[in-house]
Amino acid sequence: MTLAFSGEEIASQVEEQLPGSIVDSSQDSLVVNSESWLAVATFLKDTPGLDFDYLTSITAVDYYDYFEMVYQLTSLKHNHSLVVKTRCYEREKPKLPSVVSLWRGADFQEREIYDLMGISFDGHPNLKRIFLWQGFQGHPLRKDYL
Amino acid sequence: MEVKDKPGIYVYGDKQLDRAEGEAIESLKAHCQQPIPDPDRWLAQEIQRNVLVTTVDGVLNWARKFSLWPVNFGLACCAFEMIATAASRFDISRFGMEIFRPSPRQADLMIVAGTLTWKMAPQLRRIYDQMAEPKWVLAMGACAISGGTFVQSYSVVPGVNRIVPVDVYVPGCPPRPEALLYGIRLIHDKISKRSIATEG
Amino acid sequence: MALKTEPFVINVGPQHPSTHGVFRMRLTLDGEVIVDVEPVLGYLHRGIEKLAEGRTYTQNIPFTDRLDYLASMSNNLAYVLAVEKLAGIPVPERAEYLRVIMAELQRIASHLVGVGAFLNDCGAFMTPLLYMFREREKILDLFEMVCGQRLTYNYMRIGGVSHDIPAEFLPALDRFVTTMPGFIDEYDQLLAENEILLARAKGVGILPEELAINISASGPVLRGSGVRWDIRKADPYSVYDRLEFDIPTGSVGDCYDRYWVRIQEMRQSVRIIRQAVEQLPPGEVRTEVPHLLHPPEGEAYGHIEAPKGELGFYLVSDNSIAPYRFHVRAPTLINLTALRDMMIGWKVADAVIIFGSIDICLAEVDR
Repeated sequence: MTLAFSGEEIASQVEEQLPGSIVDSSQDSLVVNSESWLAVATFLKDTPGLDFDYLTSITAVDYYDYFEMVYQLTSLKHNHSLVVKTRCYEREKPKLPSVVSLWRGADFQEREIYDLMGISFDGHPNLKRIFLWQGFQGHPLRKDYL
Repeated sequence: MEVKDKPGIYVYGDKQLDRAEGEAIESLKAHCQQPIPDPDRWLAQEIQRNVLVTTVDGVLNWARKFSLWPVNFGLACCAFEMIATAASRFDISRFGMEIFRPSPRQADLMIVAGTLTWKMAPQLRRIYDQMAEPKWVLAMGACAISGGTFVQSYSVVPGVNRIVPVDVYVPGCPPRPEALLYGIRLIHDKISKRSIATEG
Repeated sequence: MALKTEPFVINVGPQHPSTHGVFRMRLTLDGEVIVDVEPVLGYLHRGIEKLAEGRTYTQNIPFTDRLDYLASMSNNLAYVLAVEKLAGIPVPERAEYLRVIMAELQRIASHLVGVGAFLNDCGAFMTPLLYMFREREKILDLFEMVCGQRLTYNYMRIGGVSHDIPAEFLPALDRFVTTMPGFIDEYDQLLAENEILLARAKGVGILPEELAINISASGPVLRGSGVRWDIRKADPYSVYDRLEFDIPTGSVGDCYDRYWVRIQEMRQSVRIIRQAVEQLPPGEVRTEVPHLLHPPEGEAYGHIEAPKGELGFYLVSDNSIAPYRFHVRAPTLINLTALRDMMIGWKVADAVIIFGSIDICLAEVDR
């Protein structure tokens, strides 16, 4: 059975390495602030014992005040998983760091989120619309579309 | 890729291609807000015509209907029922149609099977235009007829008859292979009522 | 005198016999060798994620059918697992076993199409495809006996399955399970040592193990590259922990390995179905669930091993009748990330084979 880590267990480890990066931690997930997200992700991937080498999925959710990105991480070696979230409070032109340099599987998923939600990612090699055509006005999956 | 300044050979950059595609889609969307009326004036003529089809018409129609070659246009789930119709159980080869032509120039029937999105619509129109006369279109499945389950979506064309004129509609989600064969028989009926005097 | 050449872009367009649906690739070629690949997606983007926010949880089950239409039972299963996790609904035993039987039958049907289409691309024009469709028709007959539909079943429900199997299902399934290994042996005999298949698929389109893990590949693509990771063993759902089966793994990660993994998985599926039928208990097939389900606020991620990879549904609920966010983790979209790396350096004819061996289904890529 894949062991699902609770946010609190990992929070203490991350906090001692990178202080100030954790916003919240609960039974289900760990919330990280967006400036230090890339550093936390590198820590989670490279630390022996955690070894989160497989990015299962990325989702973006539009709560009206903020956008929340949910990352499901898994380690194939140790068979454990973790859910990490990060928030973006900008509504007009939200920006977040991209994790393509760590996990290349994020490539198409981040493009999809840019296309449908409008969140742009710094450091993505090819950020352009993937499902809708260039010239389409708006970002359909936002709650204020249509 | 940069644009090279060579007479006759143009190599378009990726951004230019994307922008051109986007503009084509937006202009098609703007022009296709009303459905194209179905080509059914042959129904009225049938009642008026009291001279039976001549021998030449009979032979031509017989040849055309039993060697209808469809063009490959499977878009989504209905495509698999179309392939199942072409497989060995519901053999479409009994009607002379087992060769699905990849090139539209060699085909005379277009079976639009699946959901059409606005992004794909210019390609549908292009393939339809490239087919040679006489040509027929069969809209297979709920999504091709009217948008189906996805009709409220922001990117789905509500019915293929916005883009091309449709001759036969086969309902179902997906329609069984027997239903598709019935639809093809209806196209055969339509073809057998043609006359070279009126339609060439 | 040196010959001046320049790279040339061709478009393997959305309407093409070998693109398995409406997929477009812009290939940059230097002669016949591929230098760059740009996949263009979205020709079947129907906005399912947005539409699902306006429908109740049960009304979304037919939407999931139309995601990967070759594996509708698996899609249904992944979605209802996610909703049951979100709302904490138990499932009766008989329903669990029926779900496993349907999912494994669906795996065989999907792999038959995947392998048949792959061989179609290799050049064996229609023969393997017609042979495999012959078996697939038998599976579709079984499904029609159960739920009346051949392609988009809508059979699983939140809390179980929609209704019980009819009396003639088990004898017919028994007949199928007895004869299927013989047919798989027939395919092996015709194809496994076939010179043309070996020449076209062995060593072509290699996906190394580290790259496969880095791009989050899953399913036969990941297992073909040598990584022994299967959700049915690593994070068992339903009753897979009580059933015995192996996980076939490739070694090199070329097209032949992925094809071989699919054929072996079909054999393992037959084994699982036999065990599930022996262990099938009597009982009811569905827990009582209110018509308009109001799951408590929260989120859930439910994933299964679908024939094409790891299919997951991420649902967020705000205690209303419709999901607040409905996201599909599409295995084929993520498997396509490696397309560029696998294709560069090969020729145009190999591009078709490499693309076919990933076995994508556009409706799932584009949602």
